[in-house]
Amino acid sequence: MSERSEYVVEIQGLCFSRGQRRIFQDLDIKMRRGDVTAIMGPSGTGKTTLLRFITGQLVPDRGSVWVNGYQVDRTPRKGLYEMRREIGMLFQNGALLSDYNVFENVAFPLREHTNLPERLIHHVVLTKLHAVGLRGAWQMSPTELSGGMARRVALARAIVMDPEILIYDEPFAGLDPISMGVVVRLIRQMNDVLGISSIVVSHDVGEISAVADSSYLISEGKVAASGTPDELSKDGSALVRQFMHGMADGPVPFHYPAPDYGSQLLGRDDE
Amino acid sequence: MQQTRTVELGTGLFVFLGVGALFFLTTQTSNVQGFTGDSYTVTARFENVGSLAARAPVTMAGVTIGRVAAIDFDPDLLDAVVTLRLNSRYDRIPEDSDASILTAGLLGGQYVGLTPGGSEEYLADQSVIEFTQSAVVLEQLISKYLFQGGSE
Amino acid sequence: MTQWFFELVYTLRGFLQTFGAMNLFFLRIVSYSPRAIIRRFPLVIRQVYNSGTLSLVLIMVCGFFVGMVLGLQGYDNLSKFNSEDSVGTVAALSLLQELGPVLAALLWSGRAGTALASEIGLMRATDQLSAMEMMAVDPLRRVVVPRFLGGVVSMPLLAAIFSGIGIFGAYVSGVIILGVDGGVFFSQMQANVEPVHIWQGIIKSCVFGVAASLMAVFEGYNSIPTAEGVGRATTRTVVLTAIAVLALDYMITAAVLALTD
Repeated sequence: MSERSEYVVEIQGLCFSRGQRRIFQDLDIKMRRGDVTAIMGPSGTGKTTLLRFITGQLVPDRGSVWVNGYQVDRTPRKGLYEMRREIGMLFQNGALLSDYNVFENVAFPLREHTNLPERLIHHVVLTKLHAVGLRGAWQMSPTELSGGMARRVALARAIVMDPEILIYDEPFAGLDPISMGVVVRLIRQMNDVLGISSIVVSHDVGEISAVADSSYLISEGKVAASGTPDELSKDGSALVRQFMHGMADGPVPFHYPAPDYGSQLLGRDDE
Repeated sequence: MQQTRTVELGTGLFVFLGVGALFFLTTQTSNVQGFTGDSYTVTARFENVGSLAARAPVTMAGVTIGRVAAIDFDPDLLDAVVTLRLNSRYDRIPEDSDASILTAGLLGGQYVGLTPGGSEEYLADQSVIEFTQSAVVLEQLISKYLFQGGSE
Repeated sequence: MTQWFFELVYTLRGFLQTFGAMNLFFLRIVSYSPRAIIRRFPLVIRQVYNSGTLSLVLIMVCGFFVGMVLGLQGYDNLSKFNSEDSVGTVAALSLLQELGPVLAALLWSGRAGTALASEIGLMRATDQLSAMEMMAVDPLRRVVVPRFLGGVVSMPLLAAIFSGIGIFGAYVSGVIILGVDGGVFFSQMQANVEPVHIWQGIIKSCVFGVAASLMAVFEGYNSIPTAEGVGRATTRTVVLTAIAVLALDYMITAAVLALTD
């Protein structure tokens, strides 16, 4: 299936709207095989929605999405499930199955998709847990884990089927600096050691700069800027500057649209 | 491992209890098994069956020996044809036995009572009981009483 | 006036839409069920445990007290007609035809149905269902179908246990406490309970099992993925189950009466 093209994900002319709201308009993104590609953007620009197109959970109104040789928007359900076996995904809070302990969570894809003997499953799971540094926690239940640990377990689960693409949805949100450093290192390590391609959705500019090979900044349904993180931070446009340097006011205004301040204070809000 | 065993044990207990309860309900709360065993049918004609219904018991000397299988109306003779299904174990009921429709208690349901005759011949499959006594209908009884009282 | 009318139409449309979605959901679940039973048997057993075994104590205790009340009330009312011997009949008929299936379903929905809805809703809210989808595992087959089947299997058994224990409860209050003759209690009951009564109860509990389980998994699966959404899904589960069970109860009773008469 996978004719090894240079790009692992190719999105062309993606248009999508939800009700009256236009979410994407003519979005073009190309992600190079073997790279860590970052998708950045202010909250509410549909970064997570974009991921849902890549994984085939949503179908675009117009445009095409190619992932690893599959045209996702034209692939039927069964093919999507086949494609997803080549993708590992890390959800924002890990999304570990609360019924099972750490070991069983990592073993879950193996048990569902393979008939490996128990001894081999044991072996594979412990290897993957060791890779994220949590071999010792195999018996713990997801509720006992800290946020960073849960994410690392989820990472072990995401790589247990040896995927070709790893997707991270907001991997840094809500982590303390130590866990953040650990996750940053793991993303880079997984990408290089396993020889896979990674997609990171985030708005933590600092961490992204440390890990990404190239990045896209999305705003108002379009690609506002793209390039290496360094290139982005030197970009001249007002929006990119505001985002990369975290300025409170700019093209994305501080004030939510409101009627005139003075007249509202004076109680003439019946207009 | 321990947990799996608890689940298995609990599920086993639950299903066991459930099936046991179903068995109890289907066999012990109801007493209608006569229709599955060997049986033979006889018919009896009544002028009036009152509120006799299908599945009502057929008794002899107070013991249930069968059930009413069907009640039909004969448009030619203008009477009711009651089909009785009797247990094959009771195969020596005199042919000239008498069938009457009786009421269990004051408000109870109606049933068919057989009173033995003296014949040497016995009822067999498809026999007809000649001697019958219709149901006593309360309204008729009352009006009869009133009518007689009035004529005196 | 016109606004009022449009709101009514809008509400009706929403209701129809939910109803249609529920039916489609039901068809999908049913079409996945045979394979789930074969391939995921341990999961189904696990859910029979969650739905059935964990509701067992509640069902037994409630069944016992309902039976006790039936014995007491039946005795009190029947003694006015000098027919307190029929207390066994009254208790058994009420339990087998109505109270067993209906109360078992309502209690189940409060105990297990809400648990199912909130469990599935929580899995939705914490992305566990999406994570499964991303691991190429269909959450409908993996999560929803086994839970649905667990409820469907449990319900007739729970209703039977409820009725059985209830008859025992009626025996305790009628015979042991109030002094009706024990032999008469059972003989009267056996003389008047007919197979159609028992079958009616079994059919009802099977239908209720399907309805109550469907409500629970549907509400959970389609809940809004927030804490509030999950809470609302559990409430809706109980409310919808109660309405569905009682409406179906009427329909089945009417159908059985029409067919047997």
